[in-house]
Amino acid sequence: MKRLALWVVLANAALPAAAVPSAIIGATIMTARGETVIEGGTLLFDNGRITAVGTNIPVPAGTTVIDGKGRILTPGIIAAASDLGITEVSGVSETNDASARQSAFSAALDLSTAVNPRSVHIAISRMAGVTRAAALPEAGNRIFAGQGAVISLAAGAPPVGRARAMQYVEMGQAGARIAGGSRPAAWAQLANMLAEAQRLMLNPAGFDRGQDSGSLTKRLDAEALAPVIDGRQALFVHAERASDISEVLKLKLRYPAIRPVLIGAREAWLVAAQIARAGVPVITHSLYDLPEQFESLAATRNNIGVLQAAGVTVAIGPLGGIGGTTPVNLPTYAGNAVAQAGVPGGKGLTRGQALAAITANPARILGLDDTGTLEVGKRADLVLWDGDPLEMMSAPVAVWIDGAAQPMTSRQTELAQRYKALGRTDLPLQYPR
Amino acid sequence: MRALVLLSVAGLALASAVAAKDVPNDPRRAPEVVRVPMDPWPSQYKPYPSQVTVIRGATIYDGAGRRLDNAMIRLEGGKVTEIGASVAVPEGAKLIEAAGKYVTAGIIDIHSHLGVYPSPGVEANSDGNEATSPARPEVWAEHSVWPQDPGFSRALAGGVTALHVLPGSANLFGGRGVTLKPVYGRGVQDMKFPNAPYSLKMACGENPKGVYGSRNQLPATRMGNIAYARQLWSDAAAYKRRWDDYTQRAEAGTAKPTDAPRRELALDTLMGVLNGEILVQNHCYRADEMINVISMSREFGYRVTAFHHAVESYKIADLLKTEGICSAMWADWYGFKMESFDGIRENIALVNAAGACAIVHSDDENGIQRLNQEAAKAMAAGRRLGLTIAPELAWTWLSLNPARGLGIGASTGSLEVGKAADVVLWSAEPFSVYARPMQVWIDGALMYDWGDPKRRPTSDFELGQPGVGDVK
Repeated sequence: MKRLALWVVLANAALPAAAVPSAIIGATIMTARGETVIEGGTLLFDNGRITAVGTNIPVPAGTTVIDGKGRILTPGIIAAASDLGITEVSGVSETNDASARQSAFSAALDLSTAVNPRSVHIAISRMAGVTRAAALPEAGNRIFAGQGAVISLAAGAPPVGRARAMQYVEMGQAGARIAGGSRPAAWAQLANMLAEAQRLMLNPAGFDRGQDSGSLTKRLDAEALAPVIDGRQALFVHAERASDISEVLKLKLRYPAIRPVLIGAREAWLVAAQIARAGVPVITHSLYDLPEQFESLAATRNNIGVLQAAGVTVAIGPLGGIGGTTPVNLPTYAGNAVAQAGVPGGKGLTRGQALAAITANPARILGLDDTGTLEVGKRADLVLWDGDPLEMMSAPVAVWIDGAAQPMTSRQTELAQRYKALGRTDLPLQYPR
Repeated sequence: MRALVLLSVAGLALASAVAAKDVPNDPRRAPEVVRVPMDPWPSQYKPYPSQVTVIRGATIYDGAGRRLDNAMIRLEGGKVTEIGASVAVPEGAKLIEAAGKYVTAGIIDIHSHLGVYPSPGVEANSDGNEATSPARPEVWAEHSVWPQDPGFSRALAGGVTALHVLPGSANLFGGRGVTLKPVYGRGVQDMKFPNAPYSLKMACGENPKGVYGSRNQLPATRMGNIAYARQLWSDAAAYKRRWDDYTQRAEAGTAKPTDAPRRELALDTLMGVLNGEILVQNHCYRADEMINVISMSREFGYRVTAFHHAVESYKIADLLKTEGICSAMWADWYGFKMESFDGIRENIALVNAAGACAIVHSDDENGIQRLNQEAAKAMAAGRRLGLTIAPELAWTWLSLNPARGLGIGASTGSLEVGKAADVVLWSAEPFSVYARPMQVWIDGALMYDWGDPKRRPTSDFELGQPGVGDVK
């Protein structure tokens, strides 16, 4: 709670640009609350928060008015899983802080210490409408990868919204390889590390002393797992196979306060009812449909629709396995889930559900209770689009984070401008023009 | 003797080797000339049965850059036989009412690893890189293709009617690529696109130097890449001279079959390139490296047909137009490796705007299912930069341009009378995220139907597995 309060103070400190009350008028407002769409709507925001949403809302004097006619307004896109701010060039290891194979530590690794708000990918994602993201670690030499951060993509604002927002653990076939070669080895490592964390919680002074000496878990790692056990911190569990998912759901029997979030989950549809009963949210992709591994033989684009229908909270993550995946494409992935509903025998999402899968639902999963929908009191994370936000042909015309208008340029747009016109000029293209 | 059996013996008037030997200098007989066979493993693909089909009322993107509104098209005998505002509907033809729907030329992916890196992606199935030497032009991708890759069915369901399967990019010379149809067969020959030329996969940049440099062998640098390749081209030129010289003498009757040079399978492929019979598909990201490759091709007298990935083509789009080299590109992949760091979403549109040949490729078992969406992203990025790009023009990136880049543009790639009936019927405008292929015809045969489980193939691998037969 204390940590949360501090975060709010920090975030508010970054809001000088939003001091003037603003109004977006005449837009089609997709609120990400159910199927609610407000035609010709008005949204007011002030001091970083939404102060009114609806039609026939009077605009007070002194308000900056933005014409939204012919535009669509949505909440900011939230990437439920990403390496934003963590990785600059994934293939260049010096620039990649997602995993640490040589580290002596695992669960203790705190990704917030690596977040770089000046990463070119943040500007690129931001101008595509992504306003917040989870930056997640990748597992190294233990199944526990470390603690991810929730970040803001706002220019000039502190990037880390919440440090140590979740722990990440690798189960399934990848976890099996890391743990020594089998799924039982992964579960043994998990059970042991959590048991040692419990021992540390009960008797910090006695940890790794006396009869407890010879612990396999380093003190910092055990400390880091305490909030997982008592539910203060969510546990993101990568699992794909239905049977692996069922095992993950059993964690709650042993550790009642634990809050698992399934990530990947290509075969989740086979056990959708179980997942729903357990109240476990899922971060998956809308496009998985190949038996790329033996743990994902049942992969289908129906997955997300089946989960939604079963009552599971589903977020679309820009996850691996889909080439070229970036948070920029989240709206396209959401749109594809809508298209899937139109295929005979297909299970997909409505447009409202699809938008929620990249806004309201990731907000819920990441504990961003004051973002993800367009409602009074929520943060003014807003995207104004030139068309249907789920269409490839559409793009944002303006983006606000905490009420602050964001720059709509990136290294990519500068490259495009430089090379837009080729041909010999008085000086090489590398000189300012 | 065994070597001789492997060789094709050319010359229509030839009787037999024995007969020729009996009268070696008989001027009435054509001399026996040993030649390097161009197609020793020919396609066994046969189009599946089709019925005369007329699609009425759809908007058509013909793949050659034309758009026809509320138009009709007739597929007959595996070919497009009529297209226009109104076409004849023969007695017994299947008539599909498609008002509000879209018809396009089938999508052709010029860069795929289906079959050679199939699903499931286990080591036992990983057959795409013969990374045992920087130059392996003797290997052929088709000999690695697993025809039961589930990915072929997914590509088909994405509207793909032909695809080019390439070796990977670990090597400077990766081997021969092969053009296939996403039609399941018992062997790869059943899937081969008849009479399509072979390609040679080449690679520049980080991959070859990284793979071999990490083994402390040439090439470990970009200059090593070029040096190694130049030596091999020089060897290939010498090999070609030996063959040309032999052929000339043999045709003049002054060389015996036993005088034929010993075949080097690696150099056969390179000689095929120098003779213009094999097309170079060159993996290359950076503009400066593409320029180096162009210089190398000039030095040794061959042509690059297409640069693949080509994330910096926008920097040299004018040169690529002049050189007549296609760029096969992603819409927005960038930043995952150093040589992709300058990738921009306007790349495809800028190449197109310069008048150079633009192709949307996948290089990916997922991307191949939605190449229409990749083209849409590229078109949108171009429009935001102020470029005018009509959707019917953008469709050429998906069909006629890749067809030309594969040397099959005369028989497919556009919906023109006499060309193959490789056709997709879409549920909506195909650059919309909500559009999906409803039906896909290959050579006029209905090979995919989203509403008919009997027209949705299941690979052997998926049979009896969870989720089999779903719409996916």
